Amino acid sequence: MGRLLEVKDLKTYFKTDDGIVKAVDGVSFYIDEQEIVGVVGESGCGKTVTQLSVMQLINRPGRIVGGEIIFEGKNLLEYEQHGPEMRSIRGGKIAMIFQEPMTSLNPVLTLNQQISESLMLHLKMSKEEARKRAIELLGLVGIPSPEERIDDYPHQFSGGMRQRVMIAMGMACNPKILIADEPTTALDVTTQAQLLELMKSMVEQFKSSLVIVTHNLGVVARYAQRIYIMYAGKVVEEGKCKDIFKNPRHPYTVGLLNSVPRLDVEGERLIPIEGLPPNLTQMPPTCAFLPRCPYATEQCRTQPMPELRPVEGEGHKIRCYVDIAEVDNVTVKK
Amino acid sequence: MVSYIIRRLLWGFVIVTLVSLIVFFAIRLLPGDPLLIFMAQSQEMGTMSLEQIEALRAEYGLDKPIMVQYVNWVKDLMRGDLGLSIHYRENVGKLMLERLPVTLHLSLVSLAISLPLGILAGLAAALRRGTWIDNVVVVGSYIGIAIPVFWLGYMLILIFGLRLGWLPIAGYTSPFENFWLSTRQLIMPVFCNSIAGIAGMARQMRSSVLEVANQDYVRTAWSKGLTEKAVVLRHILKNSMIPIVTILGMSIGGIFGGSVIIENIFAIPGMGRLLVNSIFAQDYVVIQASTLIMACIIIASNLLVDISYGWFDPRIRYD
Ligand SMILES: Nc1ncnc2c1ncn2[C@@H]1O[C@H](COP(=O)(O)OP(=O)(O)O)[C@@H](O)[C@H]1O
Ligand code: SF4
Ligand SMILES: [Mg+2]
Repeated sequence: MGRLLEVKDLKTYFKTDDGIVKAVDGVSFYIDEQEIVGVVGESGCGKTVTQLSVMQLINRPGRIVGGEIIFEGKNLLEYEQHGPEMRSIRGGKIAMIFQEPMTSLNPVLTLNQQISESLMLHLKMSKEEARKRAIELLGLVGIPSPEERIDDYPHQFSGGMRQRVMIAMGMACNPKILIADEPTTALDVTTQAQLLELMKSMVEQFKSSLVIVTHNLGVVARYAQRIYIMYAGKVVEEGKCKDIFKNPRHPYTVGLLNSVPRLDVEGERLIPIEGLPPNLTQMPPTCAFLPRCPYATEQCRTQPMPELRPVEGEGHKIRCYVDIAEVDNVTVKK
Repeated sequence: MVSYIIRRLLWGFVIVTLVSLIVFFAIRLLPGDPLLIFMAQSQEMGTMSLEQIEALRAEYGLDKPIMVQYVNWVKDLMRGDLGLSIHYRENVGKLMLERLPVTLHLSLVSLAISLPLGILAGLAAALRRGTWIDNVVVVGSYIGIAIPVFWLGYMLILIFGLRLGWLPIAGYTSPFENFWLSTRQLIMPVFCNSIAGIAGMARQMRSSVLEVANQDYVRTAWSKGLTEKAVVLRHILKNSMIPIVTILGMSIGGIFGGSVIIENIFAIPGMGRLLVNSIFAQDYVVIQASTLIMACIIIASNLLVDISYGWFDPRIRYD
């Protein structure tokens, strides 16, 4: 299947009073057609900023300072942020839904107004056509009696229902890619699972690709074909979902697997990763995970940040000097 | 909704009653005697005998106990009779009909100017944050809020009225009589009466827009690929107006209050001027009537403002 999006060496920095925050510092990833990709990492590691960069929705004090974002053969970073090319991609070809269902919908506009807007803009539908389509979309995402609810306001819906509306809005113009930024984090477990199923079936039906951004490895386990693990603005491990779950090779991934509840495992014991992610304004020249890493060696303390290197498994790469498979105190919960 | 309005109207009635009671008693408890003031200022100065004055007092019912006076006043009010002015010796209802339109003209023009101007200035400042437009609006609104109205009024009269002679320094003409003169006479008073409103409105609108622009749903709007115009007009503006509606209620009170000062500076024969003159003359009847009418206007406009909330914010429920 064809390559849809390829991000190369993306760098997005924020200028703050405390210095430059390197929120995204040399991230590369790709998405193929009709693929589901997971982007996972602790809060603050740059997942959202990466995705907002793809949409060119980074505002002051942030700026994309380097890299390429190749979508359908064109580098999006050559387009003006609010120019017509970028606007036709945003919402039309790449859509995004956000973490907070309670605040991501406009409280003073009806669902019809908010969904129709995209349809009229990108698909040049008339008001009536857009309304009809909006009702269909609401039905597709499982809003009961959509023709009655289409003129309701967001506050008349629960969090889970609002996120369904967001999915309907995101899929409205049949985008090539749907980016879901922690779409279920704010919701209860049952709703989470339903929404993930819904997104999966929606992108299958629309033949779109899906990026699931989450801090919870468990969320992507069942859905993603490939996974990127991010730490402190960088990708530290990437590969096929099954390789990463069966054979995690980066110490941070191991920590994540042990610390995060999984939807498919019950009654497990969670072991949090000790310590905190580093301050992104004062990054050490060494491996960013060093202060928290139980496998660190002399090499880690003296050498610069390791580069991504391939390991066993197709497309499986890690940013680590140590081969933890050879260290005997590996404690991966299976 | 209907029950909300009825409840609010009942509350308004209670407030108006309280205001009228307080005013009624307070002015009578103050030292002084309206009839003595009237006599001192009247043509027949010194020619009135004590008996004549007492006869007048009886005519106005001022010789009765205060409670009885109040009951009589309310009774007359029910029949639509606002009483007879002690100072002007005229029917107060007729007096109000002459003065009220003048004040409404001044206030409504001031409101019609300050509301859109303040909103636009605040919006422009917020959307072009950190540019010269923003700086002008921010500094301007500080000045506008801090500047004393009476000082501004006299300065304007001094410069544009006396020194340059561009505008008439005082007076009021009905726009139906002479529109051009009426407008020229209103320019300075309206300017004085609007300046604080524009400044307050602009400041509130600026911070409101800045806040709304950072909301998640505005990010959602951008993520749909909308133009800046669509994001601002459809997603930012209406949400930013919600706090504006709140201060609009206060602004209306402020503009009516301001007209008291402004009518006196510019010798405009409106309610404000009438009220001040009546206070000096201790003309109980006029003071009662004008405070009553002002209270009704302010309560009614606040009710309108509160109802209009629902249009801006569907989350508001009236129950
Ligand atoms: N507007 C901003 N100003 C300054 N720093 C920011 C801003 N937005 C994000 N950051 C920084 O970028 C880093 C990554 O943020 P984000 O991508 O939101 O993390 P997450 O992985 O939780 O989505 C954070 O450390 C945050 O401090
Ligand atoms: S490079 Fe060293 S410190 Fe960094 S994650 Fe690997 S083992 Fe740990
Ligand atoms: Mg995030």
